[in-house]
Amino acid sequence: MTWLFEPGWWANGTVRTALLVGFIVAVTSAVVGTFTVMRGQSFAGHALTDVATAGGAGAFLAGVAPLVGFVGGGVLGAVAMDTIGVQRVKGRDIATGVVLGAAMGVAALFLFLSARTSSATGTTQLVLFGSIFTVSPSTLPDVAWMSAAVLVTLAVVARPLLLSSLSVELAAARGVRLRVVGVVFIVVLAVAVGMSAIVIGAILSTALLIGPPASALRVARRVGTSVALAAGLGVLATGIGVLFAYDSYYWFPSHRGLPVSFFVVAVIVAEYVVASVARRRTRSTLVAAIEPEGWT
Amino acid sequence: MSVHDTTGPLLEARGVNVSVDGRDILRDVNFSINHGEFTGLIGSNGAGKTTLFRVILGIQEHAVGEVLVHGEPLARANRSLGYVPQKVLFDPDLPIRARDLVALGADGHRYGLRRRPRALHEAVEEMLDAVDASAFADRRVGGLSGGEQQRVLIAHSLISRPELLLLDEPLANLDPGSVQEIIALLHRVSKRQRVAILLSAHEMNPLLPVMDRIVYVANGHVASGTTDEVVRPNVLSALYGHHVDVLRVHGRVLVVATALPVGPPPSDEHPEFVVE
Repeated sequence: MTWLFEPGWWANGTVRTALLVGFIVAVTSAVVGTFTVMRGQSFAGHALTDVATAGGAGAFLAGVAPLVGFVGGGVLGAVAMDTIGVQRVKGRDIATGVVLGAAMGVAALFLFLSARTSSATGTTQLVLFGSIFTVSPSTLPDVAWMSAAVLVTLAVVARPLLLSSLSVELAAARGVRLRVVGVVFIVVLAVAVGMSAIVIGAILSTALLIGPPASALRVARRVGTSVALAAGLGVLATGIGVLFAYDSYYWFPSHRGLPVSFFVVAVIVAEYVVASVARRRTRSTLVAAIEPEGWT
Repeated sequence: MSVHDTTGPLLEARGVNVSVDGRDILRDVNFSINHGEFTGLIGSNGAGKTTLFRVILGIQEHAVGEVLVHGEPLARANRSLGYVPQKVLFDPDLPIRARDLVALGADGHRYGLRRRPRALHEAVEEMLDAVDASAFADRRVGGLSGGEQQRVLIAHSLISRPELLLLDEPLANLDPGSVQEIIALLHRVSKRQRVAILLSAHEMNPLLPVMDRIVYVANGHVASGTTDEVVRPNVLSALYGHHVDVLRVHGRVLVVATALPVGPPPSDEHPEFVVE
């Protein structure tokens, strides 16, 4: 296996930081993403990545830590979306679209300005597509506590969130405060998106958020199983992504490694294909074996 | 089961008016529901049945008048009420089994992820059994048939031991066999658990054998009483604002408009033509 695990892999501090941050982010994204997919808020999740892009670009321009920009931008965007009308299903798409457009405009401006005023020509690449190998070890504690905050908050609202994802009418009749639960969730979503932006970039953080949960939801029958499976798939994709990106440094004579994001997303897509095939297999077998006629 | 006295009516609507965007949906609605009784809320589509449920649940805006439960104004999400909304569609991809949905009827509003006590698991089994849903308890709700989903929803609403169960058009889109099964099930549950039922439908005939009382909605107005008191030409004509006949054929009731309407011209609210 030395051909894949290149010399220095096990002892390299940069790799260790990248893997730790990547795993924490993958698990957080998987948990938040499971609820995002169940609530049908993938579009809102994607819009928040654009807001995070604007925040991240702003952070580079102002010389602040990228994580602060990504997460701060995302949370501001979440609040804006809720204010415009994210609580109504129809208003939700409109609010999301409006915020998305505005954020991309601001991001374009910030990236343009930072390319002109600084020598860091790689800013655009870094903000949009991430670079986990540039994450400084001092970011690790921040990522850890943010992740803990996200997971604890989700655990607190899990059941009302689940019931309102199933049916808002059932939840309202049970006395669930839909507005409160909705706002809490979109803020949590913004934090998760901002965190994954530092791993695979703002634009691609949707992939880590939606991909593994979507695969898990195709095969799991219980929420707990689904969350655990999504976390596993996310960690696997991140691990393989980091490993291959590190290894790819030796692939070409120019010694230019390929981006981590590409490998992470490639694994996520492969996982989804496998999950979909597995689902179809189980279903047809099940239908033939035990399901009565007319079952769909 | 209840700490309240059971002598007075369980629920009382007094002078309820609802208008949305300046249009009157319900006008001066008065009726009461007694403990353990099966009440049919009958009216055509768009007559305001769902709005009335929302008023009872306390989630309808622009409502005037009062709804009393045990003689007291109702609080939001009153624990004495269970509710099965109409047209609940579950995504087949949701990893929620029938038994999970029933359990959420007991703790779906609670914050935190405390482990579910054994008593709750037992209650879930009991409810699944009461609605004949044990056989598909471990299947995803999104993959169940309409009739099966109705059973699970009824169990979800009953697990909190309400005194009144509200069901909004639970028989719509069900095949005739499932309609009979759900009605028989509700009748059985209502007697056994002594829970009052208010069920809305646009067709009253399937409910005639089990209905203790009827609340008939038409034209924004309501008439209530026993079926014999309400389903009469004079009462329903007054409700619709034009003359209707009530025909009884082979134990079935048909409400039909006369060919030449007397009084105001026909509005959007036609009485129901039953031509089965």
